[in-house]
Order: sequence, then structure tokens, then C-alpha cells
Amino acid sequence: MSRFAALGRVARCQLRDVARSRWVIAYALFFAAITDALIRFGGGGERAMLSLVDIVLFVVPLVTLVFGTTYLYNAREFVELILAQPVRRGAVFGGLYLGLAVPLSLGFAAGVGLPFLFHGATDAYAQLGALVGVGVLLTLVFSAVALLIAIRADDRLRGVALAIGAWLLMAVVYDGLVLLAVSLFADYPLERPLLAAMLANPVDLARVALLLRFDTAALLGYTGAVLRQVLGGPAGMLLALGALVLWAVAPLALAARAFARRDF
Amino acid sequence: MPLLASIVLLAQLPTGTVVVSPDGPVRTLARALELAPEGGRVVVRPGVYREATVRVTRPVEIAGDSGAVLDGEDHRQLMTITADDVTIRGLAFRRVGASFNEDRAAVKVVGARRCRIEDNEVEDGFFGIYLARTTGCRVVNNRLRARGRTEVTSGNGIHLWSSDSALIEGNTISGFRDGIYFEFVRGSVIRGNASGGNIRYGLHFMYSDGCHYRANVFRGNGSGVAVMYSRDVEMTGNRFEDNRGSAAYGLLLKEMADSRLVGNTFIRSTTGLVAEGADRLEARDNDFIDDGWAVRLTASSGGARFTGNNFIGNTFDVTTNSRQAFSTFEGNYWASYRGYDLDRDGYGDVPHRPVRLFSLIVEHNEPSLVLLRSLFVRVLDAAERVVPALTPEGLADARPAMRPLARQTPVAAR
Repeated sequence: MSRFAALGRVARCQLRDVARSRWVIAYALFFAAITDALIRFGGGGERAMLSLVDIVLFVVPLVTLVFGTTYLYNAREFVELILAQPVRRGAVFGGLYLGLAVPLSLGFAAGVGLPFLFHGATDAYAQLGALVGVGVLLTLVFSAVALLIAIRADDRLRGVALAIGAWLLMAVVYDGLVLLAVSLFADYPLERPLLAAMLANPVDLARVALLLRFDTAALLGYTGAVLRQVLGGPAGMLLALGALVLWAVAPLALAARAFARRDF
Repeated sequence: MPLLASIVLLAQLPTGTVVVSPDGPVRTLARALELAPEGGRVVVRPGVYREATVRVTRPVEIAGDSGAVLDGEDHRQLMTITADDVTIRGLAFRRVGASFNEDRAAVKVVGARRCRIEDNEVEDGFFGIYLARTTGCRVVNNRLRARGRTEVTSGNGIHLWSSDSALIEGNTISGFRDGIYFEFVRGSVIRGNASGGNIRYGLHFMYSDGCHYRANVFRGNGSGVAVMYSRDVEMTGNRFEDNRGSAAYGLLLKEMADSRLVGNTFIRSTTGLVAEGADRLEARDNDFIDDGWAVRLTASSGGARFTGNNFIGNTFDVTTNSRQAFSTFEGNYWASYRGYDLDRDGYGDVPHRPVRLFSLIVEHNEPSLVLLRSLFVRVLDAAERVVPALTPEGLADARPAMRPLARQTPVAAR
């Protein structure tokens, strides 16, 4: 069996497993319900999208991390079984990752995208595309982080705790530290260090990239001008995209290495 | 009025009429003005006229046919009026040309009364229409355009200095330094003008008490509109739109006393309204929509009252630089209000505090704006809302409306 055929087969097994667990369906329905409600009651498509930005940045990393770690612990016996076969570990790992990231991404994209298409609520397809694209990238990033945590931590409880800890760190604590640094170093020009700080955290990066797309008037001030200069425009979108992809690839490589060396 | 009526009468007398045309007996406006009797009429036939600055020293009416153009060839003022009761109508003024030595204008009126400047066109003006020491002048339905690039190399569209009882109505102004400029003007009205795409201000207004401007549209000017150092100014039904940039705002009120701001719309601007030292400002029935900062109110503005305004879709509704509140808010609609209305009187039962903790942080430290909409900031804001420790506790709307307040004219078409 070729390497990719094996990868595909593992991914397919996992996809079926994930689909059977119905979690992904619930995840998609959750986004569909929220999006639908926002379009209906939130005052139009553009405004619904701006509200969705908050929800996406909050829910996608959290759910992906928690679901991803438990997913791998649940697949433990399957992994042990399959590793007993003459299959390369790389293929198994790739299959595991795709089996996690693909259904979550699809569930998210369908949940957010379909209500907009159904209502015909927006002409701003570029913005909708940015929202869905960034959400999918976040799913890819945090799927990789979840795998890394689950492979490194033996104990299921510890793994889930680590996942939630990682989420807290990136979604909440990090920004607190940034704010602390901003107030401590208020006398210095901070725009560029802050920009670096935003690039160094996928949640912040996703947030800033989306806010620039959504044209919030407050971001047209001086700080916004610096952000726009670097992250606005097509080149800026590419930079943000590249940084997010890097954020997916780095933990994925670490997780792959840990998976290859691990004694099951 | 009898004087005006007599002008009209005289104008109808064919004997008082002199016709200027490129190929007729009278070929320059200067010659025509020599021939025309006091109170007479000069008709300008289509054609391009290039002559030394036209000096109007007697009461006359100059009426241009469509296509009558006065061309300054980029190096002179086109017309100077020093007489009372002069009417300039239907002329096109072209290529005034920038000057660093004089306030060169398409039409300059100095020390005159009751001038009427109507239905003219200014193309490539330095200054457009310039009124100094005038009384009772009307500047109506003119179209003014300039192509200035920097503040120092351009002048103002309609410039009033030390004048009284002027009416500025229905003009369209773009590309100047300031669209409309008022300095030491009394009791004048600015109505129904569109001033947009000017380099600095759409309207620049200083030391002008008792003036009134209404139903104007100011869109996309470099900084917005500045109204300063005046008292008793009435601002009604204007639209301040799309003023974007780090130092841009819809309207700046600076050192203003006893002014009324009623029924205006502030939309899609980095900052909607900035009030610095605006004492006893009455802001009523305005719409603040999709602005970055809807209202920036400094502590130096004492006794301002905000009632019946709509705050919808702004990143920050109100910011201030003080923990004390010197202004009152009542009966406004806040889209960000999270309270309830159990007695169903249309007003929320718990007060709304429009100043967010994060807006204070940003006020003190602008770069922290990068954390806008982050979860941490939400948590901070929520905590602050429950137990106000840093935001001005007194700055609250005790009767926040539950629904957007209806306007006679529909709320800003979006």
C-alpha cells in the first residue's frame, strides 16, 4: 500500500468516526443557528459578520482544541491497532490530522457560509470569504496544537486541561500581558513591537486581519494606519495568511516528530 | 427693499444695458463697465475673456450667458467689487492661479453692501469667492472647484472675513483648502451647501457669533469641520460624512459657548464629534452612526446636554479624559445598551454608561487599540460595567431609549 493510500484510508476511517460522533454536525448547526439569528435580528449582513468575528475568534480555537485532544485520546486504540500493521507512522499521523481538521473546517465553513447564501444577506463576498478563510485557518492551527498536546500528554485529563490552558493563554492571558506591556512602556513608540506581538499569536493575528477587512472606522486612526500599512492590502493579507500557515505548520511538525518517536 | 426694486427696474430698461461679446463693439468687461450707467446692466455673451482684473466700482449687474468665461491665465485675480448693490450672475471664472503674496480670488468683494453672487462657476480657483467687510451679501448656487494639493498652495472656496448678515446657500465646493471660511462674521446663514473633498476643512468657522448653518453636507474633507471660538451658533440638520484619518473628525467644537447642535448626522467618520471646551452645548436629536469614536468630550466642556440622540454601530460611543462627568446624557438610544424595560415605557430601567473602560485605556495609550474586540478587553469592559472603578460613574444615561429614535427625515440612509 502506497504511503498516500494509507494516509487516505486512515483519514477516511477517522472522518467516518468523527461524523458518527455527531459532534461536528452539532458544531455546524451551532454556527448555522448563530449566523442565522444574527442575520435576522442583528440588522443586516455586514453587521452580522462583524458580530460573527467575535464569536469565531472565541469558539473556533476553544472547540478545536478541546475536541481535538479528546478526539486523539478516543482514537488511541485505533492508532495502536493500525500501528501494528505495516504502515508508516507519517501516513497514520497525516490521516489523523486530516480526519480532525477537515470535518471541523467543513462544519465551520458550512455553518457560517450557508445561512449567508440562503438569506442572500450580503454582497460583500470578499469579507465573507475572509471570515470563513480565517476561521478555517484557525481550525487548521488549533487542530495541530491539539494533536501536539494529546501526543505529548499521556493522561487524558492532563491533556484536556493543557488544551484549555493553551486556549486561555492565547485567547485571553496573552492580550492581558500585551496590555500590561503597553501601559508599562507607554513612553516608547509601540506600534511596531505591538505588530510583532499580534503576529506572534494566531488568535490576535486572525482578529487584526479580520478587523482590517471589516473596515472599522476606529482603526483609521494612527495605530490603525500602522496596522493597515503592514497588514492591509493584498500583500498584508498574504503576510497574515503566511503567518497563520506557519502557525499551523510549526506545531504540526512538532507533533509529527513526537508521534514518530513515541512509544505506544 | 425699495433700492433692490429700483435695481430690478433699471435692469429692465434696455437703455442701461451694455453687451460684451468677443466680436462686437464692446470686447472687454472693463470697457463695458465704463459705458454702463450706475445701476445698469452688462450682458456677457459666450466667449473667453482675458483681461486685467475687472474692477467694479459702481452698482451694476453683470450677467453672463452660458459659456461666458473670464480667464485669469493662472496669474491674476479676476474681479474686484468695491461698490454696493452689485450683482454677478451666470459667469464662469477660470484659472485664478496660486499666489503667496495676496489672497487672490475669482471674485473679491471689499467693503461693499448687498452684493449678490449667484449661479456662477469657478474652475481652478485659488480663493473662490472672497468677501471682506461686507454687509448683507448673498452667495447662492455657485459651483466652485479647485485642484489644490497642499494647504499652503491653496485658498478657500467661499471666504468671509469681518462681514455681517451674509447668506451662503446652495453652493457646491470642492478641492480648496477650506470649503467655507468664516472669520469675524455676524448673524449670517450657511444653508444647503455641499462642501466635500477639501484639503483641510469643509467649513472653518471662527470668532463668528450668532451664525446659523443648516442642511449642509460635509463629506470627505481632510479634517472635517471646525467651529471655534464663537458663541450662540446654531447647527441643524447637517450631515458630516466619511471623515477618515488619524486626525479627522466630523465636527470639532472648540471653545464654543451656548451652541445648539440639532438633528445632524455623523456617519462613517474616525471621530464623529469632538467637543473641547464647548460650554453649555445642547446636542439634541443627532444620529451618530458607524463612527470610530462617536463623541469625544473633554472635561473642559462644561454643562453639555445630550438628549434624544441615536448611537448606532460605533466602536466607541463616548470617550472623555476625566473621571468626573460635567455633562448630562438623557433619553438617547444606545445600540450597545444591554438593559431591560419592565414598565414598558420605552426607556430602559437601568442606566447606561456609554464610556467603556477600554476607551479610557485607548485615550491614554493609543497603541492599545490593537486589542480592539479581543476577548480580554471584553472581559475588562464587562467587569468595569458591573463595578465602575475607573470610568466616570456620573456619566450615565438614566433613561436610555429602547428603540432607535425616529426622525422626521428618515434616519441616515445607509
